[in-house]
Amino acid sequence: MSESRIANPRELTAFQEKALEEGGRFRAKVLVCSTGCRALGSAAISRAFHEKLTAAGLDREIEVLETGCHGQCSRAPLVLIEPFDYLYGPVRPEDVDEIIQVTLMEGRPVERLCEQRAGRVHATRGEIPFFHGQVREVMKDCGRLDPRRFDQAIALGTYQAAAKALTAMTPEQVIAEVLGAGLKGRGGGGFPAGMKWQFCRNAPGEEKYLICNSDEGDPGAFMDRALLEGVPHQIIEGMIIAAYAIGATKGFVYVRAECPIAVEHLDIALRAARAHGLLGKDILGSGFDFDIEARMGAGAFVCGEETALIASLEGQRGTPRPRPPFPAQSGYRQKPTIINNVETLGNVPRIIAQGKERFADLGTEGAKGTKIFALAGKVRNTGLVEVPMGMTLREIVYEVGGGVLDDRPFKAAQMGGPSGGCVPAEYLDLAIDYDSVKSVGAIVGSGGLIVMDDTTCMVDMARFFMGFVQEESCGKCPPCRVGTRHLKDILERICAGHGRESDLDELERLGREVIAGSQCGLGQTAPNPVLSTIRHFRAEFEAHIRDRRCPAKVCQGLYQLVIDAEKCIGCGICAKNCPTAAISGEKRKPHVIDQAACIKCGVCNEKCPYAAISKV
Amino acid sequence: MTETGKVHSAGMHVHRGEGCECLAADLARAEAILAELSPVDPGDLIPLLQRLQEAYGYLPKEVLAEVSERTGIPLSRMYGVITFYTQFSTEPRGRHTIRCCTGTACHVRGAKDVAEAILHEIDVEAGGTTSDGRFTFENVACLGTCFLAPVVMVDEEYFGQLTPAKARAIVKNYA
Repeated sequence: MSESRIANPRELTAFQEKALEEGGRFRAKVLVCSTGCRALGSAAISRAFHEKLTAAGLDREIEVLETGCHGQCSRAPLVLIEPFDYLYGPVRPEDVDEIIQVTLMEGRPVERLCEQRAGRVHATRGEIPFFHGQVREVMKDCGRLDPRRFDQAIALGTYQAAAKALTAMTPEQVIAEVLGAGLKGRGGGGFPAGMKWQFCRNAPGEEKYLICNSDEGDPGAFMDRALLEGVPHQIIEGMIIAAYAIGATKGFVYVRAECPIAVEHLDIALRAARAHGLLGKDILGSGFDFDIEARMGAGAFVCGEETALIASLEGQRGTPRPRPPFPAQSGYRQKPTIINNVETLGNVPRIIAQGKERFADLGTEGAKGTKIFALAGKVRNTGLVEVPMGMTLREIVYEVGGGVLDDRPFKAAQMGGPSGGCVPAEYLDLAIDYDSVKSVGAIVGSGGLIVMDDTTCMVDMARFFMGFVQEESCGKCPPCRVGTRHLKDILERICAGHGRESDLDELERLGREVIAGSQCGLGQTAPNPVLSTIRHFRAEFEAHIRDRRCPAKVCQGLYQLVIDAEKCIGCGICAKNCPTAAISGEKRKPHVIDQAACIKCGVCNEKCPYAAISKV
Repeated sequence: MTETGKVHSAGMHVHRGEGCECLAADLARAEAILAELSPVDPGDLIPLLQRLQEAYGYLPKEVLAEVSERTGIPLSRMYGVITFYTQFSTEPRGRHTIRCCTGTACHVRGAKDVAEAILHEIDVEAGGTTSDGRFTFENVACLGTCFLAPVVMVDEEYFGQLTPAKARAIVKNYA
């Protein structure tokens, strides 16, 4: 493909047709996830496909593409074969020969690489339960194209919505469409995107800015990273439309430095879009000018808060500022600024392309469209799932997620990360949307959904989140800086077995004060995980405080590792592996653990071939 | 690199590769970055510091003083920013960086035990560098690879689904 400028919508369509024609030369495609799955060696798999198909003279009829995320990360590394729709995983380079022979030559699935459940083979995505109930709208193209290739994004219709908005709609019409669709911010706020755009459009001044917030700091959420990695042009297109609507000529993508593939793919996509005239002056002959700069975050959770993010872009410490004025009135360099999350912007092109009615067909009364959740923790199918708003937690965990790992009982789902809370088993049939989740003390947030089973200690979870927010508090407001520290100290004391009867009241009182006294979203939500775990799991706190007992056997001060003399045959493996030499015993006689020397690292438990070691 | 050579020939110095303190004397790297970004706007301070850290492995005070002089950005403002963001380091770093994910998904799958096993194995505190300059150990909030939980990254390589014993074995492979 030439690097020539695409001057108008007609040329865009001509480019698309040419790209489709070139892609259509291939009778099959091998789509190797090369983003998330890279961590498990997918590069070697795509290399093997390239080499073997070239050697067999098949490279002109079968295309190998290094793509974004297919979603079912628990089976990584994943390979999707089109047109058959067979999803294989985990795939190793040694499997490539068989895939070429059986699938690409004979058209049959390689059963051993397919998902198998209860003795049944599920070869296609249509058959795999993980994909039932999912509606991939925002992630439709994720996994179907090489994100580094501009022509492939164009072939799938990317930038057509931008062409429509820029040349056939007024900014007011674009805003009305997004407002009418009911698109709400997907980053956690849940504020109607169209309304925010309207404020910015109406704000006086010529110089306005658009910021795409990909400072995805919520530990356990990775959808923004996956979208930037897998469909960067779709996000750029969403930004072009948003910038046109609000009247911005300059945009930023603020992306975490911890996601190097997202940074790399975004950079390649920005350069290609610029080279083809989709960023820069007079985009598609519309007279509209807009360009985007990528900025890497330097590691501060608070920068997900919009005023802190702006301070960071201005080269300052990322401390939040009081609102009002809201960024839509006075943001970056005191100019009207809109900050939208990646997933929010990823929804924009299809609203413009397909219309607000189609978007609003999915979802609930108060929450339209789909939401991407990052399903992780103690669940069988970890990965990214996109479901209509209003699906129940049970459907997400048990149908899409395939149930709890090792069939253990579901205890709770942590939703919304450090700003959210836990949703216990009694609410499994709750239809998930912004309001319903809030009513039980958690939030949808950016979509992190961590499943927890009976081996997860809820007091430890509360301590974990408090440790996180205490560390990430920027220190500006004392209620947050000092309050989170104090909350963390109390929780650590409880986990260590030194809890006091008054601690629960103290946690609740202090939590309310931190919420009331903090300026920004971080402090105002920081106590939520503690308050929500106390609300739903009070008995577990009481077991720690009154009985000095951790029912889930997680808190190190409240259990001991012991060797069952009945089961121990005295092989000595545990003693050899113990890093503190805490285990002793004669050969072929039961061993014992010296509790004073034991650091509870659990290596003995892991290494024992006879399952003779347990926590009591 | 001649400056680097000089420090080394003086003996007593064990070179740590990228991130070694001997590079602080090499101002040419900073000059090249300043020339490329010129004119430097104070608003570009974070990208500037990121580039410097990439070039030196950390932010040596000699380099910062020079950059402050050239750009007119006060040193106090630079340190204000450097100490705020976890990405920046003013201390020389080890040859390898171990990043242990402490995100929620990793936490519920036992990240704490993994971290403790590594810290015990290489004998260092979290956030510190081993005395032999082999490793710098960092706890990080989330590596975004929750499906691999618990995860550790050594330099650019990911290791997933770890146990304390597997983690100990992995770090032994690095010299």
